Amino acid sequence: MEFRNVSKSYPGQLAVDQLSFTVPAGRICVLVGPSGSGKTTSLKMVNRLIEPGSGSILIDGQDVLREDPTALRRRIGYVIQQVGLFPHQTIAENVGTVPRLLGWQKERIATRTRELLALVGLEPSRFARRYPAQLSGGERQRVGVARALAAEPPVMLMDEPFGAVDPIVRERLQNEFLRIQRDQGTTVLFVTHDIDEAIKLGDRVAVMRSGKLVQFATPGELLARPANDFVAEFVGSDRGLKRLGLLTVGGAELDTTVDRKSAPPNAPVLSPAMTLRDALARMLVDEAQVGVVVDRDRYLGVLTLSTIGRMIRDDR
Amino acid sequence: MTEGEPLIRWDWIADHLDEFAFRLVEHVELTVIAVGVGFVIAFGLSLVVLRVPRAEAPITWVTGTLYTIPSLALFALLIPYTGLTILTAEIGLVSYTLLILIRNIVRGIRGVPADVREAAVGMGYAPREILWRIEVPLALAVIIAGVRLATISTIGLVTVSSLIGQGGFGFLILDGIQRLFTTELIAGAVLSVALAIAADALLVLLQRRLTPWTRSA
Repeated sequence: MEFRNVSKSYPGQLAVDQLSFTVPAGRICVLVGPSGSGKTTSLKMVNRLIEPGSGSILIDGQDVLREDPTALRRRIGYVIQQVGLFPHQTIAENVGTVPRLLGWQKERIATRTRELLALVGLEPSRFARRYPAQLSGGERQRVGVARALAAEPPVMLMDEPFGAVDPIVRERLQNEFLRIQRDQGTTVLFVTHDIDEAIKLGDRVAVMRSGKLVQFATPGELLARPANDFVAEFVGSDRGLKRLGLLTVGGAELDTTVDRKSAPPNAPVLSPAMTLRDALARMLVDEAQVGVVVDRDRYLGVLTLSTIGRMIRDDR
Repeated sequence: MTEGEPLIRWDWIADHLDEFAFRLVEHVELTVIAVGVGFVIAFGLSLVVLRVPRAEAPITWVTGTLYTIPSLALFALLIPYTGLTILTAEIGLVSYTLLILIRNIVRGIRGVPADVREAAVGMGYAPREILWRIEVPLALAVIIAGVRLATISTIGLVTVSSLIGQGGFGFLILDGIQRLFTTELIAGAVLSVALAIAADALLVLLQRRLTPWTRSA
């Protein structure tokens, strides 16, 4: 998906200003910024709920402006914060919306619906015949995701999809969404105002401010090298710590000169898959200067606090 | 009332069941035509109001004015043009349904939540499909509430049309008054009320049947 010099203005206001970036296929790009930064406007131009003022948006090399909007929208999954389930349709009918619009056979729709409900963790036999009003907020949002995925769209647009649920449910939905997205290989454009969500979900993060793209980078780059003071402030003064959440113990430089027996007795045991942030937390709790890194009984070396400190400072 | 005559003569009632059946059919016919035609016109005008907000004020004004004209006066005004016909009755009856029906259809469709409409557009519903598959079904409860009001008031007004030779059960009331025959008068009045109650109950059932999702929260 590619934005080429996309602008949109409303009377007296430039909502989106010369936006250009590319989302590689199968990746998640998160548009993040304060409210009024133009991120939702940008998202809605992709499925033409808002018509771009100038520039072009390409999906698979094809300009969305050349397509019939209705046909275009049926090829693009769409999830919004308020979910927008159809209250008068059952969960199964809601999920089957786009396949029905596309004229799929009944049995194929039924099979696909069951498959999707299971995929988002809703037991089909329990949920298929209920109405949206009978579901919790988290369950409704899962249905929203299932509905967007129904016709296997190559591209999904998600506008603060997990904004209206409580933090515990949000975390679970985020993890499930990542699993599903990897599984389906969908290209996703995701809007949020929550920088932590952007860092967690994004393969690329586009930071916007007043309609302009301020920085487009991987989460690691964004945290390591904010393009300016605005981005630095937006990602937060704890960006070093956040960055540790993206790095694993296995990726850090380990001290292999120390053998396991000579490591201090209070040193916690760490695994290579653990994030440096979790490793640091363990070391702080145990008041240890080092952690022992063990990969399934195999001793790899020790991780020191000073290595972690160096990685926080590291601008690589 | 004639001296010594009982308030209700049950034997007369037993002898006139055929007459009641005929008047029932007539009453239902006048009502169904009025509400049916009124609904079609109201639906069309509602779509105009929803698409062209500027049309709302004049349409409300015209239908509101029609609603305020006393029914007898309206029938009297029409007689020079359409005579003592069913057409005269229906023009009046249809006019009275419009205000209520348009108000409820418009309110019902405007009441569809914005997120539902946005999701529908975003997933590729064509505009006409949004109207018929999303907006009308979701507005149904409010629309049927309007149909109930229109039906009840029409059933009442049909009795007035007895004065121009129509009237269903209204004929019994009028005839009873003219002949000072309470049995017939009361029969006409009770049957019109019963019809109104029955029609309302039927429409409530219809609404429950058509909107199963409203019962399941």
